[in-house]
Amino acid sequence: MITVELKFFVTLAPYMPENAHSYPVEENTRVDTLMKNLGIPNDLVKLIFVNGRKQEDGYQLKQGDRLGLFPPVGGG
Amino acid sequence: MKSSLFTHRYDRNRDTLSPENQNTLAAATVAILGLGGLGGGVCEMLARIGVGHLVLVDKDRFEPSNLNRQLFCQEHLVGLPKALAAQARIQAINSQVRVSATVETLDESNLYERIQDADVVMDCLDTIALRFKLQDAARTAGIPIVSGAIAGVAGQVTTIFPQDRGYELIYGKNGRDQSDGVETQTGNISYCALMVAAMQSSECIKILLNRGNLLRNQLWIAQLWTNTFEIMDLI
Repeated sequence: MITVELKFFVTLAPYMPENAHSYPVEENTRVDTLMKNLGIPNDLVKLIFVNGRKQEDGYQLKQGDRLGLFPPVGGG
Repeated sequence: MKSSLFTHRYDRNRDTLSPENQNTLAAATVAILGLGGLGGGVCEMLARIGVGHLVLVDKDRFEPSNLNRQLFCQEHLVGLPKALAAQARIQAINSQVRVSATVETLDESNLYERIQDADVVMDCLDTIALRFKLQDAARTAGIPIVSGAIAGVAGQVTTIFPQDRGYELIYGKNGRDQSDGVETQTGNISYCALMVAAMQSSECIKILLNRGNLLRNQLWIAQLWTNTFEIMDLI
């Protein structure tokens, strides 16, 4: 097992687990698998960031990764 | 009185801005599309700093629900066009600023015409689909966009030059078909709108003065409940 840090923004925040700052997952878990395990519908997520860089949902998580999920924001 | 206004108006911009910088701003044209929570704040800041010509476009009239955040919305102005209220406010702040205000719906047919004379376009629009149409027009016109978007107490800002991939990187290749964002669920809070408007204004001034670092191919995101501020690399 490895641990990753999770930051879910705006309407995705309710999906954050309690231990989001150090969340245990199997090494190389895909982001889309993690999202599914946490019950996050795919269409709610617009941007996936790992360690400050945009990634696709097939990214495989490594020890210490910081994962950010961001919804579509368009208001003015 | 009038002459001291003209002589001392920009005293406190110095020496962050040089006299040459101030002249550059006075000669600049910025188009501000959308005059809601973001656009109102951007108008106020660009008029005060001394951008010489502001092109304003918004079809909407003030509604009571705008009073919570839109800087130019006052109770006695409900029902009046936002573009005309913005024009009056800018002229009251800085009579040296030329204002071209239009009350009309923006779409493919008029976007290019409205922005073609601008040095920078401020995207303060409130639908994702229209943002893509603006990007098409700005590419054709060869003009950079500074884009802001808000939802609740979260916001984002990016700067898009004509050769950049821009909104596709944020909203995806199918973003043109994206329905509205999550702001339809969260609403928009006053201080978040003005914070994002301030970031947009900063990007605009840096483009005009060719100074500092820009958010090209990057997305600045903020979420105030958690005091989270980050710059994400989009490529």
